[in-house]
Amino acid sequence: MDLTLSESELAFRDEVRAWLEANVPSAPLPSMDTADGFAAHQEWERRLSDARWSVVSWPQRYHGREASLVEWVVFEEEYYRAGAPGRVSQNGIFLLAPIIFDHGTQEQQDRFLPTMATGERIWAQCWSEPEAGSDLASLRSTAHRDEERGGWVLNGQKTWSSRASFAHWGFGLFRSDPDAQRHHGLTYFLFPLDADGVTVRPIAQLDGEAGFAEIFFEDVFVPDADVLGAPGDGWRVAMSTAGNERGLSLRSPGRFCAAADRLVDLYRSAPDAAYADGVVDAWIKAQSYRLYTWGTVTRLRDGAPTGDGVGAAGSVNKVFWSELDVALHETALDLLGPEAEVGSRWLDGYTFALSGPIYAGTNEIQRNIVAERILGLPKEPRR
Amino acid sequence: MKFVLDGDQRDFAAALDSLLSSSDTVAVARAWADGDSAPGLELWTRLAELGVTSLATEASPVEVAIAFEALGKHAVPGPWVESAAYLPVALGHEVDGVATLALPPHVPYALDADVADQVYVGSTPVTAVGELRHSVDRTRRLFAVIGEGETDPAAFDLAVLATSAQLLGAGERILADSVTYAKQRKQFGREIGSYQAIKHALADVRIALDFARPLVFGAALGEVGPSAAKVACADAAYLASRTGLQVHGAIGYTQELDLSLWITKVRALVTAWGTPAHHRSRVLEGLL
Repeated sequence: MDLTLSESELAFRDEVRAWLEANVPSAPLPSMDTADGFAAHQEWERRLSDARWSVVSWPQRYHGREASLVEWVVFEEEYYRAGAPGRVSQNGIFLLAPIIFDHGTQEQQDRFLPTMATGERIWAQCWSEPEAGSDLASLRSTAHRDEERGGWVLNGQKTWSSRASFAHWGFGLFRSDPDAQRHHGLTYFLFPLDADGVTVRPIAQLDGEAGFAEIFFEDVFVPDADVLGAPGDGWRVAMSTAGNERGLSLRSPGRFCAAADRLVDLYRSAPDAAYADGVVDAWIKAQSYRLYTWGTVTRLRDGAPTGDGVGAAGSVNKVFWSELDVALHETALDLLGPEAEVGSRWLDGYTFALSGPIYAGTNEIQRNIVAERILGLPKEPRR
Repeated sequence: MKFVLDGDQRDFAAALDSLLSSSDTVAVARAWADGDSAPGLELWTRLAELGVTSLATEASPVEVAIAFEALGKHAVPGPWVESAAYLPVALGHEVDGVATLALPPHVPYALDADVADQVYVGSTPVTAVGELRHSVDRTRRLFAVIGEGETDPAAFDLAVLATSAQLLGAGERILADSVTYAKQRKQFGREIGSYQAIKHALADVRIALDFARPLVFGAALGEVGPSAAKVACADAAYLASRTGLQVHGAIGYTQELDLSLWITKVRALVTAWGTPAHHRSRVLEGLL
């Protein structure tokens, strides 16, 4: 056991730190879920990419640095410690890109990855439907084969699509075989959100901003070139995304360590013994999450399966970080006392944290996965 | 960067687990609780032969954590934290035989002083031992001692780490036994483990233990203080014990069921070698 970084990893860390110190905007950018804020965050992505920091773990030809998993975690720690802006390109680079690397054709990789790296094209995820939330496999939006044009015609409705209010392209699952049940007969599609027949209706979230949207599809044509993976194989393809979202990639430990450090600063500036335990527990759990991540990184580097293999352990992860995030911000609001209701970075963080136990599969679904796939408890009888 | 056990450490853990799994530690613990220390002392000798008593002076805190997790998982009775963690560091050498100590205020009683060859307060030997006090954990035989002694901070930290690892092992054992039971026990025509109320409770225990473990080994490497590990392990193991009892229902509330050994041990260890409040305050002091 050894938690020290190598010479080259330390050099990488120093380089990241120096660049962030020189480049992170001193004032927070406006919310990425407003038109101005979206543009400002896109501009930040371009600056990151120009210095080749937007997708450090990707191959050089797609604007990456071929950074190792350890270096990726180091980058994330530094990124959040520096208080750098949230990643408007997050859905694309963390959720879609791993799928394109694993399941996409060479042509798709060459076409989609560079503009994702530069932030020129922002992606929205389109999974949930009005009647398919936790039970995603019951989704009803359809894809009909169009042999003549060489593609598919999409119809239906998606909802709670993060970033879709301002994003350029979407990715999601549609039922391509009407006779197949549940997880079968689904296909993974990529589509422009300004295509003929697509209507995007922004939805105001708790904080009033349009962080997600519903999307209506009326005879939207998608060419075969924009199908990801094999037709009918969409569930398997999508679930490797789900593992990425819940597990290592979406929520790096740097986020929580930086937030816990800020919480300690807040406590130091206005100590209140009534909330000391909350501060301590948030800090301990952030450290635990960081150390747990190093364990995961070591195992992945030493050859444990990625993708689907991350799935069940990713559920353990997701419940933990999402509850930590809420508790940490609740403690901050407790410390702020009657000022807590007034707009602040802590309040923004709190409101955002409230979505954590819901998105990417509710924590109830995650607990089912932990119980059935890790503990081996019997499945609930289903009708 | 390598935050997993290496081959030798995994082999050591497996050897300990193998020895303890074949030693009927439940019977050893029950005899110990009834005042028959012979099987426990025999097991002590075999564990000492495997090197457990020399880890604090000869190996790293990682090996100490591995050993104490196994001791907790198998409910091994005796003053192990005292003999194999605190005293070797405080005295500067491996303890010969079985020793124990009190260290007020955090360790008010000397555990198993009736069995020990040597009793200390801090690092100072004492001769007068008071009457037996009964712990919630019947295998923990507590004795008041008269005397004064200084706390050795490094020794205390290793004792806290060892206690944390013991809690982790106990929590893992309770979870494993409770999962097994939930798969067998049927009510309303189906296994109780198929109900979400049970699933979610056990999943929460799995999650709590998974995130307590890295703090134990992180503390063993000096990355965080042992107090952080103690807080997380006490919380996780206590959650395991409450959940385990609830999942078992009335049978879990009996002394007859072996689970009772771990449920009562966890309650005792939560406040042993520093209460959660003490360790939280230590973490906070370190941050401010």
